[in-house]
Amino acid sequence: MEVPILKQGTYLIASIQSALTDADLSQLREALVARVGKFRARGVIVDVTALDVMDSFAVRTLRDITHMARLRGAETVIVGIQPEVAFAMVQLGLTLKGVSTALDLEEGLAFLDAKARERIDRA
Amino acid sequence: MSTPKDRTPSTQPPTAEETAGLLRELVSHLRQNRTQLREEWARRITRAQLLTAMTEEEIFAEATSVYDNYVEALETGTFEALQAYARNLSERIIPRGVETHEVVGIVLLLRDVLARSLFAKYHEDFTKLNRILDAYEPAANRIANTVAVGFVQERERVIRQQQEAIRELSTPVLQVRERLLILPIIGVIDPQRARQLTEQLLRAIRTNRAKVVVIDITGVAAMDANVANNLVQTVEAARLLGATVIVTGLSPEIAQTLVTIGVDLSEMATVGDLQGGIEEAERLIGYKVLPLSETSAAS
Repeated sequence: MEVPILKQGTYLIASIQSALTDADLSQLREALVARVGKFRARGVIVDVTALDVMDSFAVRTLRDITHMARLRGAETVIVGIQPEVAFAMVQLGLTLKGVSTALDLEEGLAFLDAKARERIDRA
Repeated sequence: MSTPKDRTPSTQPPTAEETAGLLRELVSHLRQNRTQLREEWARRITRAQLLTAMTEEEIFAEATSVYDNYVEALETGTFEALQAYARNLSERIIPRGVETHEVVGIVLLLRDVLARSLFAKYHEDFTKLNRILDAYEPAANRIANTVAVGFVQERERVIRQQQEAIRELSTPVLQVRERLLILPIIGVIDPQRARQLTEQLLRAIRTNRAKVVVIDITGVAAMDANVANNLVQTVEAARLLGATVIVTGLSPEIAQTLVTIGVDLSEMATVGDLQGGIEEAERLIGYKVLPLSETSAAS
């Protein structure tokens, strides 16, 4: 199933609606990274609220998306990881090091706004 | 006069009918000598220094009802009533510190007292004694078993209940400010508790929409590599939900242990005490606490 990618201002929002195959995940990665360039996005939000399982491939793909988007100039934040999923992930040692996370979409947007402000302050 | 052949114990187990008849005889004997045997039993309990937590009167009263239940179980051959009684008795005596060996001890004493009285009664007719004992022993053993098992089960139930209570009491997740939780940990952290703690914290983060969590471990006496790793996992899991964790109250001993065993705590934000942790957390959320005098001066 293809994941819809919405554009909201300078942010891209990918909301995963159901369990994804590895191919779907790879496709999501390509699409997101391509659109970061196309829309000149400064932030990416991946919403995983609907996922009740997260395997090592999914975790790696999310990490890859973060790193690739960062290289293309956009900050990524993963939002909506369920408590049970988070617990299972740390048990398996899949801790998403170097990836920002937030509670839900609202928090994710607030996080990206804060990042943008930081950037302006620095400039 | 009995012949030597009569003196060998009967190898054939008695039939059910025979057993029933013998038990009837036995029960009427025990009923007749109730007062005397009961007193003898209570005396022997005191002499063996069992049930020291109870007074002599209590022992005697308890002995009487155990005796009656015992005889009834022998008579009816059903153990439900005895089981219920044993449970009830255990419930009463466990809080007073009665130990397992004491309970087993007194039941075995009763068995001995009764067997003695049977020896005394039938010492002239050895065959009869043998047959009576054949009927009596399995029943008596089963009774001893029932009472002992009942006691142990009750004790285990109490222990389970207490564990449950401790577990529920020991992990409160408290909200001190909008979006700021504290989790004071007191006592020993075992893997099961660590797991429960993490689950509870994650749920609380979700429901309170927490941004920062302060975990205070002032009350944790000791920490080993396992506990430290559990803590690191809790911190990681909270981060996946978008919350920052600050750990406070690491004692000098724990700090030393962690450094010695080489647990990687670089990902963990630590602050000396709970106050410092809350101040740091407030800063992260964007609060600034000022004394009233300063605020009025500023405005």
